[in-house]
Amino acid sequence: MRRFESYGEGVPNLDLSELSGWLIVVEGTDGVGRSTQVSRLRGVLERMGYAVAETGLSRSDLASRGIRRAKEGNTLGSNAFNLFYATDFADRLERQILPALRAGFVMLTDRYVYSLIARAIVRGADPDWIKSVFSFSLKPDAVFYLRIEVEDLVPRVLAEGGFDYWESGMDLPMGEDLYDSFVNYQRKVIHELDRLSAEYGFETLDATRPIDENAEILEERISRLLRSGSRVVGAT
Amino acid sequence: MNPVSERRFGVNRREYPGRLFVVEGIDGSGKSTQLTLLAQFLRGKGYPVIFSEWNSSPIVKTTTSRGKKRKILTPITFSLIHATDFSDRIEREIIPALKAGGIVLADRYVYTAFARDCVRGVDRGWVRSLYRFAPVPTMSFYFRTPLDIALKRILSGRPKLKWYEAGMDLELHSDVIDSYVLFQRRILEEYELLVEEFNLSVMDATLPVEIQQKQLRDAIRPFLPKRERVAPETWLAGDPRLAKPAAAPAAPTTAPAREVGR
Repeated sequence: MRRFESYGEGVPNLDLSELSGWLIVVEGTDGVGRSTQVSRLRGVLERMGYAVAETGLSRSDLASRGIRRAKEGNTLGSNAFNLFYATDFADRLERQILPALRAGFVMLTDRYVYSLIARAIVRGADPDWIKSVFSFSLKPDAVFYLRIEVEDLVPRVLAEGGFDYWESGMDLPMGEDLYDSFVNYQRKVIHELDRLSAEYGFETLDATRPIDENAEILEERISRLLRSGSRVVGAT
Repeated sequence: MNPVSERRFGVNRREYPGRLFVVEGIDGSGKSTQLTLLAQFLRGKGYPVIFSEWNSSPIVKTTTSRGKKRKILTPITFSLIHATDFSDRIEREIIPALKAGGIVLADRYVYTAFARDCVRGVDRGWVRSLYRFAPVPTMSFYFRTPLDIALKRILSGRPKLKWYEAGMDLELHSDVIDSYVLFQRRILEEYELLVEEFNLSVMDATLPVEIQQKQLRDAIRPFLPKRERVAPETWLAGDPRLAKPAAAPAAPTTAPAREVGR
């Protein structure tokens, strides 16, 4: 019988056997088309009869405003930012993801802890340390990694309105202007995501393929996963 | 997400020219009073003193109070938001001051998180690893206080205990005061374990204030930088980046201090 596990000690007082839904993650760097895929998947899964919930970075009730405020002024320490995002994630895990899983929903997650770990490592955090911070998180049922090279990412980001300060790592910064910093920063983020992909077993999708093709692959993989067996609440 | 690594707080000891003194203890132990008096003493001696209080990062504390007011903090988010606050102060106040040779006085440090978060059920190893980025203090003082004395000090003077302050989230008791008493007792037990684990210096917080202060000053004196009433140049003498170019040729005194590029 399938059941959820945490990476480490887990959330205090959490009974994993009462979680019955599905936790599905779409990972990838900034501007790679994750949100498009997530919203399409939602429609598909709902038409198949599954109840679907969604979450994504800095969408927590607790910390989203604080993070936005801190980004505006760029006045928070770099490691404090890592932990602020961890706070945001924990709030969403406990108050969005777990309730949805208890209720048997398919939880679609637009980025999970992996992006946060990758970004923290690029900003100088010790990899073992940041992974141990997130060790309370649940192991997802599947992680789909939309992978792209920075050379293919640049024209997309340009077409979408240009380089964002944070997505270019300008808090570090990693180059003399937004473009240089974007390229250097994103290359490193992608490199870290690749390493995490090998470590945690992501399923990689080529993000340069047409959106429809990737949508079909995701649909096929996920519907197969959901058919493979439902969780029974209370099963051990 | 390797379950908590062995490299916990206290293992990596990076050396800074400054000094970091920490006071810990339950509410009503008198630690803040003692720290204020210590600051007076050190400032009087000419040392640059920097105060850092628990839960005071300007950016983070609005989120903390939002979580507390709305009672939405769980043991994990309570722990993480305080670590966020602490990290911000470490990066932006404490480490720069230590690098500059200042004396940092911290009212509560990682031990507060270890005690409180563990009482809330957070894994001991996880929270110790969480704070691994914290510099190890020069000395940490634990103001040991019998529960009834600390409670008398707090409960006689304070009108209303807040939800998390009273540990109401632990559901130990439906009455705020009773909950607070049970909560403080558990924290006290955790502190006693920390004394041994981290070799905290125990102060008898039942002694008169001035006696405790004398003991505190005596205890830190050997750890103070040698010279008192010193100019910043002397403080920073050990920092090679700040050293004046030794072999700089004696410039004519009339020459401008710096050549302006044109």
